[in-house]
Amino acid sequence: MPRVEIRFAGFGGQGIGLLGRLMGEAIALYMEEKNAIMTQSYGPESRGGASSSDVVIDEGEIAYPKATHYDYLVVMSEEAYHKYIPNLKEGGTLFVEENLVILDDHAKKAGKILKIPATKIAEEIGSSLYANIAMLGFFCANTDIVSEDALKKVIREKVKARFVKNNLIAFEKGKNYKG
Amino acid sequence: MSKTIQKEEDRTVLTGEYFTTGNLAAAEGALAAGCKFFGGYPITPSSEIAEHMSYRLPQVGGHFLQFEDEIASIVSILGASWGGWKSMTATSGPGYSLMLENIGLGIMTETPCVIINVQRGGPSTGLPTLVGQQDIQQTRWGSHGDYEVIALAPNSVQECFDLVIVAFNYAEKYRLPVTLLMDETLGHMSEKLIIPKKDDIKIINRKKPKDDPSSHLPYKADEDLVPPMATAGEGYRVITTGLTHDERGYPVLDAETQEKLLRRLINKIKKNKDDIILLEEYKLKDAELIIISFGISARASKGAIELARKKGIKVGLLRLITIWPFADEHIEKLAEKVDNILVVEINSGQVTREVQRAVKGKANVHGVLKHGGTIHTPEEILSEIERRVK
Amino acid sequence: MTSELLKAEEHPSDVFLRPGRIPHIWCPGCSLGSVTNVIIQAIKQSGIDSKKIAIISGIGCTGRAAGYLNFDSFHTTHGRAIPFAIGLSVTDPERKVIVISGDGDLASIGGNHLIHGARRNADITVICVNNFQYGMTGGQVGPTSYEGQFQTTAPYGNVEHPFDLPGLAYSCGATFVARWTALDVRRMKETIIEAILHKGFSFVEILGSCPTTYGRRNQLREGLEILENFRKRTVLQHGADPTKTEISKDGPIIVGKFVEIKDKSTLTDNLLKVQRIAKATKSRGL
Ligand code: SF4
Repeated sequence: MPRVEIRFAGFGGQGIGLLGRLMGEAIALYMEEKNAIMTQSYGPESRGGASSSDVVIDEGEIAYPKATHYDYLVVMSEEAYHKYIPNLKEGGTLFVEENLVILDDHAKKAGKILKIPATKIAEEIGSSLYANIAMLGFFCANTDIVSEDALKKVIREKVKARFVKNNLIAFEKGKNYKG
Repeated sequence: MSKTIQKEEDRTVLTGEYFTTGNLAAAEGALAAGCKFFGGYPITPSSEIAEHMSYRLPQVGGHFLQFEDEIASIVSILGASWGGWKSMTATSGPGYSLMLENIGLGIMTETPCVIINVQRGGPSTGLPTLVGQQDIQQTRWGSHGDYEVIALAPNSVQECFDLVIVAFNYAEKYRLPVTLLMDETLGHMSEKLIIPKKDDIKIINRKKPKDDPSSHLPYKADEDLVPPMATAGEGYRVITTGLTHDERGYPVLDAETQEKLLRRLINKIKKNKDDIILLEEYKLKDAELIIISFGISARASKGAIELARKKGIKVGLLRLITIWPFADEHIEKLAEKVDNILVVEINSGQVTREVQRAVKGKANVHGVLKHGGTIHTPEEILSEIERRVK
Repeated sequence: MTSELLKAEEHPSDVFLRPGRIPHIWCPGCSLGSVTNVIIQAIKQSGIDSKKIAIISGIGCTGRAAGYLNFDSFHTTHGRAIPFAIGLSVTDPERKVIVISGDGDLASIGGNHLIHGARRNADITVICVNNFQYGMTGGQVGPTSYEGQFQTTAPYGNVEHPFDLPGLAYSCGATFVARWTALDVRRMKETIIEAILHKGFSFVEILGSCPTTYGRRNQLREGLEILENFRKRTVLQHGADPTKTEISKDGPIIVGKFVEIKDKSTLTDNLLKVQRIAKATKSRGL
């Protein structure tokens, strides 16, 4: 597998940083022979407004830590979509929170577009806060980058104990969602 | 906590595998080195180190104190070091500026301690949340007077852990404040960290005096130019002063004493350069062009080298792990092999000028520079490479 | 005058003076020699193991005291004695750390550390010898100079108002506050013993005589004249409200032990408490 670059983006409060962190940790610690680096936006912009986190994955040593040309772009807000779609690779994959993003012509560069009403699914479980994990389950089911087991393991470890159960439900629902 | 569940009895070294940030790795490295005191002041992008130390130090019998400013922070760690505890602080550019006078006190009084500078863009308040590498010369010359320093620059989360330990070892061995030059990108990015078993970590502690307290000369150095260090409470009646002093530690304000003291303080670093200087050589054997870089910029450089080699351009990298003392001799030798050297750094040429000095005209030196806010992309560096080899 | 005082006491004190460091650099008529001697006597009579004593100074005439005393002694940078003392003190709860420094050092450049040290109730003793201006640098006006005081940087008289140091220390949280003049040798000694044995931040102000750079610009040519002036104006008032002890040009000088609070937790107490909690806390990982 060659170098893969993923950008998760949305607005503050959606748990975009956690998405990158869970993905990065699942790969770095539990996927044999794969390395991962996670970087994220810091400062006032991460406390509201736009938020993003990147995961770079490779088999060998990862020299350059940042994502610049995304193989996968996961957007959970309209603003994030407009801001980052120019850096999606030609033929790359676009994941969209379908109720929060209206696509335009720029999306045509994507080889594949996958849509999910992640927030609505989350709300059915009890809180829009689980939308990020629903998206993670959806991402997991539609790519072969990271194993389901690895992601579930890090959800159990990284998420506060009382939220684990609902996050795992969100993950399952996202995973099983057929657009 | 990830793969390994740590036994509660020994919590200083959390042996195991983690996915974590450079800042947290540096904090854990300090604990593994035996650090027991942290005095600090909040400043972006280093605050996570202070936060983590406030959580961890009391678990291992140490203390964390948040002070009223960075001046108090640096001075407090000098005090704790004389109390016999390994001590450290962490800050960023503006805070480092405030610490400089007392880093000089640490050098003059030969006090072991570690300062982490998670660099951001400057000058002044600059770019609090974004990367810079602009404090390289400040670390070297920022305090008044004349002196030698040791500064190390990690380039991965793992190295943040490993090099804090080396920084403590150098501080203890050579008795001076040692600076770890990190940067915002490294401090905040997450990657895999392996914390080894306690027994596999090499720790150096300060030499202790063996002579009788009544005839003890606290600043009489051994052959390595470093005096053994008694700490408070051991009966040696420790004496320190920032004034020029003799072997007894008494102020003697004349040219002769100054000459003798300064020569020793400078030479204890200069004469031990071979021990202190750490370098990484990457694909240098067949290189027709050499990049010299450090810290996060060295990773961008490696990315560029991959791209260049795909195009058949043979480029190699010398990574400065030890920034100060500077690797003059090593760089001069490398310069004999190539026509062009590129120096990649996020500042206006602070290491570039050192390389220019070191090569003594044997190669052309070109800075690949930017002024902070973002790291170089490999493509940017590649285009400079292509310009120089055409 | 002072060097004689010191000499007279030299015999009993000399193990506490660094061999070869006397004669000191202080001027004739300066009270620093006698104050240093009183501090030595107080430490001796406190009964504390001399190994557990550490002396910290900043910069200035008073700041030189650390270098003369034969304990663990640290002559630091200008204004920074207190944070050094805090760093040193927390490494051993039994250590008695005594800061000896001047008014310019502690209240001007080091003022921030003074107020925060007091706020924390750090377990240190601060002895501030106040000579109303900067002696070492040649007599510039300082934060304790009274309005109208003549100094090299106040040739027409000081335009500012002074800090009242006991009031400052008390209002910031110091739990032991006292003031004596350099003349009150016996009571100064008793107070310093109490201050050293006090748990928490103890602050003792000593009004000192500086004929060289203060006195001769303010009609008090000799050290003795300054002390005599103190004597005339001194009003003994233990338990005085330290917020009402400001010193003016000619007004009364209130001295005494103003404050002693015994039940406030110290910084060291609280740090040790936190250690106990932390040790019982499960690791949350990285
Ligand atoms: S200048 Fe004043 S305070 Fe300093 S030593 Fe002389 S008399 Fe004492």
